[in-house]
Amino acid sequence: MTVAAIFLPLLAAFIAGFFGRWIGDRGAQLVTCAALAISAVLGIAIFAIVGLGGHAETVHLFTWIDTGDLVNSGLRVEWALRFDPLSAVMVAVVTIVSCMVHIYSVGYMAHDRAIPRFMAYLSLFTFFMLMLVTADNFVQLFFGWEGVGLSSYLLIGFWYDRPSANAAAIKAFVVNRVGDFGFALGIFAVYKIFGSLQFDTVFAAAPDVAHNTIPFLGHQVDALTVTCILLFVGAMGKSAQLGLHTWLPDAMEGPTPVSALIHAATMVTAGVFMLARLSPLFEYAPVALAVVVVVGGTTAIFAATIGMAQNDIKRVIAYSTCSQLGYMFLAAGVSAYGAAIFHLMTHAFFKALLFLSAGSVIHAMSGEQDMRKMGGLWPHLKKTTIVMWIGSLALAGIPPFAGYYSKDAIIEAAWSAGTGVGYYAFWLGVFAAFITAFYSWRLLFLTFNGPSRADPGVMEHVHESPPVMLWPLYVLAAGAVVAGFVGYHLHLFIGPGSQAFWGDSILVLPEHAQDEAAHPVPLVISLLPLVAAFAGIATAWYAYIRDTDLPRRAAKLFDALYLLLLNKYYFDEIYDALIVRPTMALGRGLWKKGDGVVIDGFGPDGVSSRTRDIAAWTSRLQTGYLYHYAFAMLIGLVALVTWYLVRIG
Amino acid sequence: MFEIGLAHYLVVAAVLFTLGIFGIFLNRKNVIIILMSIELMLLAVNINFVAFSAFLHDMVGQIFAMFVLTVAAAEAAIGLAILVVYFRNRGTIAVEDIHLMKG
Amino acid sequence: MIVTAICFYLFSFVAIASGVMVIAARNPVHSVLFLILAFFNAAGLFVLMGAEFLAMILVIVYVGAVAVLFLFVVMMLDINFAALRQGFLQYLPIGLLIGVALFLELVIVFGAWAVAPEVAATAAAPMPSPMQVTNTAALGALLYTRYVYPFQAAGMILLVAMVGAIVLTLRARKDVRKQRIGAQIARRREDSVEIVKVRPREGVS
Repeated sequence: MTVAAIFLPLLAAFIAGFFGRWIGDRGAQLVTCAALAISAVLGIAIFAIVGLGGHAETVHLFTWIDTGDLVNSGLRVEWALRFDPLSAVMVAVVTIVSCMVHIYSVGYMAHDRAIPRFMAYLSLFTFFMLMLVTADNFVQLFFGWEGVGLSSYLLIGFWYDRPSANAAAIKAFVVNRVGDFGFALGIFAVYKIFGSLQFDTVFAAAPDVAHNTIPFLGHQVDALTVTCILLFVGAMGKSAQLGLHTWLPDAMEGPTPVSALIHAATMVTAGVFMLARLSPLFEYAPVALAVVVVVGGTTAIFAATIGMAQNDIKRVIAYSTCSQLGYMFLAAGVSAYGAAIFHLMTHAFFKALLFLSAGSVIHAMSGEQDMRKMGGLWPHLKKTTIVMWIGSLALAGIPPFAGYYSKDAIIEAAWSAGTGVGYYAFWLGVFAAFITAFYSWRLLFLTFNGPSRADPGVMEHVHESPPVMLWPLYVLAAGAVVAGFVGYHLHLFIGPGSQAFWGDSILVLPEHAQDEAAHPVPLVISLLPLVAAFAGIATAWYAYIRDTDLPRRAAKLFDALYLLLLNKYYFDEIYDALIVRPTMALGRGLWKKGDGVVIDGFGPDGVSSRTRDIAAWTSRLQTGYLYHYAFAMLIGLVALVTWYLVRIG
Repeated sequence: MFEIGLAHYLVVAAVLFTLGIFGIFLNRKNVIIILMSIELMLLAVNINFVAFSAFLHDMVGQIFAMFVLTVAAAEAAIGLAILVVYFRNRGTIAVEDIHLMKG
Repeated sequence: MIVTAICFYLFSFVAIASGVMVIAARNPVHSVLFLILAFFNAAGLFVLMGAEFLAMILVIVYVGAVAVLFLFVVMMLDINFAALRQGFLQYLPIGLLIGVALFLELVIVFGAWAVAPEVAATAAAPMPSPMQVTNTAALGALLYTRYVYPFQAAGMILLVAMVGAIVLTLRARKDVRKQRIGAQIARRREDSVEIVKVRPREGVS
């Protein structure tokens, strides 16, 4: 049953991908949705058994790599599915959200040319993500990691006849690659330190190597610190943290279901999952954890500020995702892994909901994505408006919606950590909560309220989505409403009973654990995020309902700041100038000069040209003049005689 | 110096031979000069033969010189006949124009 | 002896000088004349060496036949003198180098020449004393006995050369109608005679 949950999506992807032409569009949709539905049911069952029931298990499949002596210098890597509370939560989240997205895609992509390919890619992605979360060792984790990166590339560039989509897909893959480079180095470091890549072995040995040092770039550095930082670089790439975030907004080139599944709910959360999974390692590297907090907190505020100024509806939600991921990393950095995963789960629900309803809006507006051309859609798209409001309420952290519990938990954990970076993250988190609420309601008001700024032709075709697209929205909305409440009050993810829930899957060292009984959080601190959220909503209401000219005046007043935000802090331009252009120039130089001139010149082209040259030069001996030939004979004679004389004399 | 020995005659023959060789490839004027240079070379060879015959007291050298003479005459005749026919066909005997064998 | 030396130096100097002029003369006719002079001097050298028959043959055959033939051809061909001047100096350096190298090698060989002592005893055909037998008789005695086959072959060569020269250069005159006896004899009555019934007052048409 557990194996089926993981491999059914792969089977569906295989069938839809290779036999799509025979089973047709309907057949492909049916196969994939059915497989995912079964996987989702199985995923919930796994959650119940493993998570709630506490029956963790590892399903052994077969051995992958087996080299050398097992004890000393060998490497042994197995294919095994590890089911513990952490992976059970992830499996449930991934399968449910993926199933909803599959069903939604049936409606959204109904007029597309290549439906079987799309469904196959979605299912393939789901399989890789499931492999990632159930991995039992670093290599299998990396396999799933790379696989989701591949699926992301295929899906972003799904409409491959669009140059912008191709460019975005390449950008996503290349930026991910940079992160993966760090990740790979981290895996090498793990193997060097521990001699094994099996999670159990590594985790068990972690306390013993806690203060070892390894040589790195000529210095002796703390082994676990440098390893964890390298692994975190991988997470930064996959989860679009500051520095390696540039691919996420451009990934919106892909169809909206892709954005919902991959770039909101699941793939980008793989980095957070990785941190939680490797918590036994990270707990022994406090410097690395501090780095995680700083990066996460900075990303949260940074992405939120950019999201404030964007005009494309999907980009706002994309930056929102980036910002929320910052929150999750922040939580992981202060050792509140449970809160991070809790927020991951609630975020999966409401962010996927937001994306899919944005897709619903775009579908209704015949493909228009610019919010400046929307407005006044509330009377036409009542259902979409309601679910989008639910999603935004969850995002902003308004009780009793899901986001309140998880986001509050994170911000309180940052405060309770008591460290300098913790306080830094706390203030950033509060400020980001304000901005989050602001841009979420900016989006809502611009899209649904006010006069319509769209073309009349577009407004004629505005229609509510078909049921096949609406039902997944309802399911996700239900999750956004209750998941937080249930998760908190059942003491699953956070709070007193959470240690029993997580068991061995997450390790929190006693010195990092936040003990609520010993250090209670002051009430004003725990209410601060809520106040910030309401303040954000009020500001957005004032700016976009009451005094609609205010944004324009503010933008003109702070025009430099506005341009900075609109242009994403010019990160893309900086990267282009510093990295992309030199690399392309290097590549071109190596191609034209290195390959073309040197290798081709000395190789095939060179040989053939030299042969031709030598032949041409030699043919000049045949002048046709008799005396030249006689002269040549004479020279030969003189040479012979000279040689003879020299030999003899 | 005053005792004329074999070497003297041989040197004379060598000089004439070299002159003949010069004539073959230094001339740009016409092909007749080439034929005359060949005659010079043959003359040098004849001097060689007769010189050796005289100093070794061996008649065979002179016999061979006679044969060389015969063949030289025949070759001069044929060469000039070819030249005449060539001139009839091409209208020129300038050496630069005779490069039909150019490769 | 001094006379021999003077004669030798005179003949050889003139021979070499005329050899130079053969290749350096501007006018081909001059070249031929200098060639004749070279032959004469070479004949003189031959006489000095005691081969008077060969010297006379040289004069008769070379000068009288070959050089005159050269002169005929030079006169016959309509050579444009003006166009025949360039290019002499272009190859002078390399040609000079090769020529000087060859000459030096020849001189080295001659200078280091040492005649083996027993050669004189193994002469293939010992030269009889000129007091008893003249050079001509000695040559004849050798040529028609031991070397009669090469002698006949030389005759054949001359024959072939003559035939070849005629074949190469003979041009049939186009305006002369020659008899072709074979065609005349092979003619048949049917080809030449035609009986025509002629009606009165109509003629043959």
